[in-house]
Amino acid sequence: MSDKQFNPRILGFLCNWCCYAAADAAGVSRFQYPPNLRTVRVMCTGRIDPSFVLRGFIEGADAIFTGG
Amino acid sequence: MLTNADFLALDGEPGKFQAKINMRPRYIDADACTACGLCTQYCPRHQSDEYNEGLAQTRPIHIDYAQAVPATYYIDPASCLHLQHDTCQICVPVCQSHAINFKQQPEERILQVGAVILSPGFGKIDSSVLEKFSYGKHPDVVTAFEYERMTTASGPFMGEIKCFSDGRHPKSMAFIQCVGSRDIGCNNGYCSSVCCMYAIKEALVTKEHDPDVDITIYYMDIRTQGKDFDAARERAESIGIKFVRARVAGVTPWDKNLKLTYSTLDGQHKFESHDMVILSVGLESPKDAAGISKITGAELNKYDFCATETFNPLQTSREGVIVAGAFQGPKDIPESVTQSSGAAALAAAVLKSQRGKGVVKKTYPDEQSVTAEDEVRIGVFVCHCGINISSVVDVADVAEYAGGMENVTYHTESLYSCSQDAQEVLKQKIKEHKLNRVVIAACSPRTHEPLFQETLKDAGLNRNLFEMVNIRDHCSWVHANEPEAATAKSRDLVRMGVAKARQIQPLAEQTVPVTPRALIVGGGVAGMTAALTVADQGFPVVLLEKGSQIGGNLQNLNYTLAGDQVAKHLKGLVDRVKKAKDIAVVTNAELIQTAGFVGNFSSVIESGTGKKKTEQTVDHGVIVVATGGHEHRPDKYMLGKSKKVMTQQDFEKQLSGKATNRAPGSIVMIQCAGSRGDDLNYCSKVCCNHALKNILKVKEINPDSQIIVLYRDMRAYGMAEDSYLEARQKGVVFIPYEVDNKPEVFEKSRKLQVKFFDTIMQEEVILAPDLVALSVGIVPEGTDKLSKLLKLPVTANDFFLEAHVKLKPIEMAVEGVYICGLAHGPKPIDETIVQAQAAAAKAAIPLVRGFAKVDPIISNVVQDLCIGCGLCVSLCPYGALEMKKVGKKRKAETIAAACKACGICAAHCPTFAINMGGFTNEQLISQIEAFGDRKKEVEEVA
Repeated sequence: MSDKQFNPRILGFLCNWCCYAAADAAGVSRFQYPPNLRTVRVMCTGRIDPSFVLRGFIEGADAIFTGG
Repeated sequence: MLTNADFLALDGEPGKFQAKINMRPRYIDADACTACGLCTQYCPRHQSDEYNEGLAQTRPIHIDYAQAVPATYYIDPASCLHLQHDTCQICVPVCQSHAINFKQQPEERILQVGAVILSPGFGKIDSSVLEKFSYGKHPDVVTAFEYERMTTASGPFMGEIKCFSDGRHPKSMAFIQCVGSRDIGCNNGYCSSVCCMYAIKEALVTKEHDPDVDITIYYMDIRTQGKDFDAARERAESIGIKFVRARVAGVTPWDKNLKLTYSTLDGQHKFESHDMVILSVGLESPKDAAGISKITGAELNKYDFCATETFNPLQTSREGVIVAGAFQGPKDIPESVTQSSGAAALAAAVLKSQRGKGVVKKTYPDEQSVTAEDEVRIGVFVCHCGINISSVVDVADVAEYAGGMENVTYHTESLYSCSQDAQEVLKQKIKEHKLNRVVIAACSPRTHEPLFQETLKDAGLNRNLFEMVNIRDHCSWVHANEPEAATAKSRDLVRMGVAKARQIQPLAEQTVPVTPRALIVGGGVAGMTAALTVADQGFPVVLLEKGSQIGGNLQNLNYTLAGDQVAKHLKGLVDRVKKAKDIAVVTNAELIQTAGFVGNFSSVIESGTGKKKTEQTVDHGVIVVATGGHEHRPDKYMLGKSKKVMTQQDFEKQLSGKATNRAPGSIVMIQCAGSRGDDLNYCSKVCCNHALKNILKVKEINPDSQIIVLYRDMRAYGMAEDSYLEARQKGVVFIPYEVDNKPEVFEKSRKLQVKFFDTIMQEEVILAPDLVALSVGIVPEGTDKLSKLLKLPVTANDFFLEAHVKLKPIEMAVEGVYICGLAHGPKPIDETIVQAQAAAAKAAIPLVRGFAKVDPIISNVVQDLCIGCGLCVSLCPYGALEMKKVGKKRKAETIAAACKACGICAAHCPTFAINMGGFTNEQLISQIEAFGDRKKEVEEVA
């Protein structure tokens, strides 16, 4: 086991109407979660072109999260 | 807006009142004052800062707080050296804009008005009431209002909580509830309704400041009867805030601490030591209530709040004079906001004939042209949000980091970027630095984007040249214990936002006409009231009722706690609806389908029964959802198994009948039967008062009847507390039970028995009453189907979820849809009526305006790139794309009004011919690139 803890960089695509709202609600409720996610707001997950996901990986994301 | 003004007299009649106003001199020319604050710095005299509850000092020339509206300073004549002693005048030369004018005189004005809305708010509990708690004798006894200022980031101590006695951080704190309310000793028999909730809020905030602080709330009943309020109490308990059911007799100084003496239910006397004691003071009637009553003729109730009736809760005793807010009775923010909308509806009906006259239209400066060729000049504003962001994220570091990015011409921090003064700064900076893109790193665009976009328009920028980065809800709040990681995340998010902003282009705004008709779903008291209120504004209404007749739950009620005869009012309401020529009632009706958007909905309604079922299509501009709810009949406590067990609603029916034994000699009532963590996870708000009204009815019929009420918290909030007291005076015994030791109802030897643990006697008791009445909760009526049909969110408890609990309590997240009545949450008749009036007021806004704006974030087909494959048309879930012949070729085209901006078309277009406004491929790709670009960005800077 390496001493270094795996600290992934995650890119998230969040739907404005549900997941982004849920992320807001998580904040309002002060739920704590790990700070590994970077988010892109979209008006619907239907907006996510497959190329966005691939681009995310090219840019060094360890994982892509979609919430919609 | 006339501030610094007194209301002197009211003459005339509704529609033609003359209101006499005294404009007190401000001694500052409001148009010239820039709110720079230099005058306050130079003013040599100190005085107590009343806005900060006297916890800080201010000067005679001051502004109450930075976000005050209007943002103009004023001089307090009672303490100004010049106005009192004809000396000083230091402020006059200091003011660079020559705004100070000591020659101003009081000015009387007569205003011609059609209606008057009284909203003077609430008054303060007299400090003599607080003396027994050592208030005024020991500095560490404070009122909750003072404590609110102490915990506030923008308050006098910047949110740092210290004992006044020696400056130490308190480690043990007590909240004492019901100070100055539910207290006949000071003539305030009523419950102030809000103190339990604010005490819990302040306790939670304190825990956020210092998780180790020990907090105890001493209470009689925790009255968190509002929608989802119980969740706050549960959260408080889960993080270790203690709730002790006890009446505190007094507080005495004890060494460095304070000693609380209290008695608990089981008759024990105890004492506890605390570092700081916070008094949850109630809401008093406004100080000048008697004066307002004299001027307007609006009568007061026995506690000097404005007297109103259950079925007309906002109408004072004088026609044309309407009341809203705490003057109508103590209430919280959501209810005050709701009442204000309801009051606006009533006033608008009076003023209908004058609508549109004397209106000054808001104008915007000409929009500055921004093209793809122009140099990109981005301004980045990083918000502290008081301490909401800055207590975790290093705001200065984030702003500095943004400042180093390509195209960022200007960067700064702000304390509250949403405040009125910050909007002025934003406008000024846009002009000063010729900014053509604005990035605000603050809270959620879902709540605040429109505000900033409006400011952009005011500054002559297209409102889409804007990007918001959420470093509060998505960062500081959720990574509260990891400041470094939160700062790093904020930097990344800002970098991504700036990258997107570089690609933003202005978008043209479009408007579409509105169909001036409202569709109201549900014909109960909420739907009927909303229908009448919309019709009173002069717009036609289609009122849908699922059943065969309108009336709803009022048909099951006979009388109210205030003594109203429900049937009489119901008949009046139904008759008015039926007679109104603008209201078309459709019974046995169901909403089958709805398409469109605010201003242009089209719905299919099925009505009739059996073979006579018909469908009709109705075009309408707005929707009011008033689908109601019904009693929840739990399969518990022998309900439905024994004739002697009934719900309060059944019992009410029995009591208003004629049977001789309708009010039997011994009755046990069980509160929260099936509610608050049982079948239902919430408090239904009305059940305690329902029990009280039946109790008083029983006592009226059979004064010898022995009644025992088993309860968890008696939530007789507001004026209903009087009835609670009356019931106790008439010998009714109230015994609280614990949630893990609920009463049991069973039959033994064919006799109905109730077993419970008597928390007062501390022993188990078995009774064999003649009747058991269950206070059961309320469940919403089929919100599932309608929520899918109209795409409306619901809460965990299946009630419709309003757009914002405090700021938009009537609006749904879907524009043009409004909510009222039990479908929103359990509530009594008067609150339902107010909410329905408020929903009507909100619904009338687009109808009055006559047009709706289409958000320019919709799809846009670049016809040169379109190959006419039609894939987008087949995929669009809203039918918002169509194929058109352009020359000899087929091309796709967006139907702007129908597009919901989801972007499915854009993601699937094989030739990238479709772009989404504000979410173009270029913008999103840039944002993704910036995600990975941490290094590159640093290199670029270097």
